[in-house]
Amino acid sequence: MTAIPAETTENGEAWEGFKGGLWRDAIDVRDFIQQNYTPYGGGDEFLAGPTPRTTAVWKVITDTFPREREKGVLDVAYDIPSTITAHAPGYIDREKDLIVGLQTDAPLKRAIMPYGGWRMVAGALETYGYPVSEELEKVFTEYRKTHNAGVFDAYTPEIRAARKAGVITGLPDAYGRGRIIGDYRRVSLYGVDRLIAVKKEEKEELNSLSASPRPLEETIRLREELSEQIRALAELKAMAASYGHDISAPARTGREAVQWLYFAYLAAVKEQNGAAMSLGRTSTFIDVYLQRDIEAGVLTEEQAQELVDDFIIKLRIVRFLRTPEYDELFSGDPTWVTESIGGMGEDGRPLVTRTSFRYLQTLYNLGPAPEPNMTVFWSPRLPRGFKEFCARVSIDTSSVQYESDELMRPRFGDDTAIACCVSAMPVGKQMQYFGARVNLAKTLLYAINGGRDEKSGEQVGPAGGAITADVLDYDEVMAKFDAQMEWLADTYVHALNVIHYMHDKYAYERIEMALHDRDVRRTMACGIAGLSVAADSLSAIKYARVGVVRDGTGLAVDYTVEGEYPAYGNNDDRVDGIAVWLVEEFMRKVRRHPTYRGAEHTQSVLTITSNVVYGKKTGNTPDGRRAGEPFSPGANPMNGRDTHGYVTSALSVAKLPYEDAEDGISLTNTVTPDGLGRTPEERIRNLAGVLDGYTAGDGFHMNVNVLRREVLRDAMEHPENHPQLTIRVSGYAVNFVRLTRDQQLDVLNRTFHGSL
Amino acid sequence: MTILLPLPTTLAAAATHRPSEGSVHSWDLSTGVDGPGTRFVTFLSGCPLTCLYCHNPDTWRMRAGKRTRADDVIAEAHKYTRFIAAADGGATVSGGEPLLQPVFTGELLHRMKHELGLHTALDTSGFLGARATDALLRDVDLVLLDIKSWDHETYRKVTGRPLRPTLDFARRLAGLGKEVHLRFVLVPGLTDAGENVEGVAAFAAGLGNVSRVDVLPFHKLGEGKWQALGKEFTLHDTPSPTAEQIERARAVFEQRGLTAV
Repeated sequence: MTAIPAETTENGEAWEGFKGGLWRDAIDVRDFIQQNYTPYGGGDEFLAGPTPRTTAVWKVITDTFPREREKGVLDVAYDIPSTITAHAPGYIDREKDLIVGLQTDAPLKRAIMPYGGWRMVAGALETYGYPVSEELEKVFTEYRKTHNAGVFDAYTPEIRAARKAGVITGLPDAYGRGRIIGDYRRVSLYGVDRLIAVKKEEKEELNSLSASPRPLEETIRLREELSEQIRALAELKAMAASYGHDISAPARTGREAVQWLYFAYLAAVKEQNGAAMSLGRTSTFIDVYLQRDIEAGVLTEEQAQELVDDFIIKLRIVRFLRTPEYDELFSGDPTWVTESIGGMGEDGRPLVTRTSFRYLQTLYNLGPAPEPNMTVFWSPRLPRGFKEFCARVSIDTSSVQYESDELMRPRFGDDTAIACCVSAMPVGKQMQYFGARVNLAKTLLYAINGGRDEKSGEQVGPAGGAITADVLDYDEVMAKFDAQMEWLADTYVHALNVIHYMHDKYAYERIEMALHDRDVRRTMACGIAGLSVAADSLSAIKYARVGVVRDGTGLAVDYTVEGEYPAYGNNDDRVDGIAVWLVEEFMRKVRRHPTYRGAEHTQSVLTITSNVVYGKKTGNTPDGRRAGEPFSPGANPMNGRDTHGYVTSALSVAKLPYEDAEDGISLTNTVTPDGLGRTPEERIRNLAGVLDGYTAGDGFHMNVNVLRREVLRDAMEHPENHPQLTIRVSGYAVNFVRLTRDQQLDVLNRTFHGSL
Repeated sequence: MTILLPLPTTLAAAATHRPSEGSVHSWDLSTGVDGPGTRFVTFLSGCPLTCLYCHNPDTWRMRAGKRTRADDVIAEAHKYTRFIAAADGGATVSGGEPLLQPVFTGELLHRMKHELGLHTALDTSGFLGARATDALLRDVDLVLLDIKSWDHETYRKVTGRPLRPTLDFARRLAGLGKEVHLRFVLVPGLTDAGENVEGVAAFAAGLGNVSRVDVLPFHKLGEGKWQALGKEFTLHDTPSPTAEQIERARAVFEQRGLTAV
């Protein structure tokens, strides 16, 4: 042992038996995985069920769900602004917890995180009947500025008007932007001390301003950020120590690897109330440790599963304090603890391990659940046993979403994870500036009305040239639509620049960015909603005869459609081509506008549950949709207009170009069990086949629900009988019984694909 | 009126002209119900039978369908070949009764198989089986044969037609060694008599080419279509079979060494 250099000796026990060298010399988790993981090509027969301990701990939590559902929140730590170390240690059951750590000192007790915005905190506390501390109010309104306050200092009147009218919506200007994934695995592999040392080196490199290729301001900002990161890492260590763990050195066992990783994630959700706080791609990393312990004979399968189950329980109870307005947009208390599972390695080996199975197995051991957001990276080349297990879990729990590994791997590499729903990023190397979305359907109405809002009558978009003809002419509409989209892209990117400048300044994600490389790729993640309504409306204008109904002020408020038009969702190029054009054209327009910190422009076609709210805010549309009716979610075709089955519908969606929607294209499919085949085995095989076909056809994302309508109806009437009923909506999953009634109806009315 | 009598095989074979058009009710992509995997299913219009439990009575009249060119059907199916190949599916020609338009059906099957390279299935009652030429059957990988009943009287009661042509067709398929999935709709009080199920099972087992039997529970989801067409749905009060009844029927087939689902 004496011949081994000091550092290796220190890590000797922790890294014993691990192969490879690159990852030892520099922070490189991917290299560690590639050198050390054991691909698993078999089936699910090895898996273990829940232990009595697991069942007992989970029961403590599920017993509190009815109370939480009834009140909206179980409890709030209302007087402590949350930081990594602000709260005393908390446990579900101190004796029984295998993996420890909670956001506050008790399970499901929510923290306040005022850096994003004081109004959101105060509003939420008032809603749920908790005292609003005068002292804190003074601190966060007089002494310490918040992200929200900063944004509104810099917004233009034009941005405010667009935001108010609902043509630009859901902006992260009053809440945490989220969608940043720390590489939480680094803490397990390297220990915190090594990470601090590396960050110090990265900072030292910036000591000479003249030697830096960056603009002066960027160098200063980076140095400040690195100092914050180093501070956050030290706090992470302190927080773990409060639970009795010293995480300064690498994890030595499977249990420690899970625990260290969880501490790192926990630090992030203690400090950031981000819209999406995703976990990354951890199962195959953790598998290396579990496999080593199993091979050494110190861990059984049952114990390995128990560790995973306990970890997943912790992820299931992550909570944030939010306002009713937020819940209306993103319903069901989502946290998007997205975990990316499976996929293929660049060397052609599947990245599927036994722990990939173990993560999915939690949906049986603990029952279905929306979180963590289980996301399988699908490739037709995945091992058959894994594909069929995924399909089986989908059929039984409706809790899994699928994204095309074949589209992501060539662009982002094989250590990529999904943030939120459909946003791909290489872990620890790329982050995004989340930009919510614009309402394209409303923008089309602005084209017809010369920039006046069809609901309020106010001038929001650029004035000039409302259409006066009684029957809409396609070319005229397109010319005016182009001008409105041009304005929209400009206003939208401007708003996002303001938001992210302020978020970096006032609500910087210290711990998450400490778990990134210093020089990350940044994307400006724009988005569009109302794609199907806009495409169908333009199709109606082009192929049918659309008459205009105007009110006394000349505002177009309704439309008459004579004749038929091809509807998006039937694999018909006449209209699918319009949808493709909308995606390409808006992306083209967005790309023309410079971004904060040189972020690269991307966009998503994703709504989450906000399709309901956007629909409410949008008047009658030329496709025949009535005012207030929900949009279809994400990139889905409109309900009931796709008449040739879900595969046909999916292939319309698959035409949308990923290169112009690199932040993801979301499709949600709901199929009855009979719509997949007659026997359980056949359904499994057929669902796997559908996913193979969709991936081969360039489809990007598919939420799969296998449900019967009667079950949903019953759950609306008797929520107490369906506490864990989980359904997938655009990009995430929710407890059906926690949706608002409007959203429940929207799900119920959405196309159910079955067979007659 | 459409000619309902089976044509002699020789006559059908003589019809070398392939019409470029047929009467099509609709097309669909379906999974697991019209043959294995995800399939492009063309539903042709027109059926010589008037089954009491039919769930698509809107496909009975050939003239109610849309005149559609084979080229257009093939072009539509072509959009799915990549998907279907990856999903391990195929194409099915169904109806209505596709053999009411045997030449058009033959054209579709031939082109699905040889132009698009798809696994092909023919979904038929077999009543017009004599109209299927050997050439047509060469383009069929799998026949979904809906036998409905073993008992001649029951068959006539259910369909309004005689059973014999279906049995003859089944034997012919056996002679050709053509793979068959047999379909049997279990209707309580109509087709579920012990000797009827037993008879179907014995016949199917004797054929040697039946790789699977689908025992399909009667349902009333199509009742609305009967009402819309102004027709009386006489099975309004007939219940769907219970899980036990279905299991019992399946067991009868299983006892004969058949795979029943």
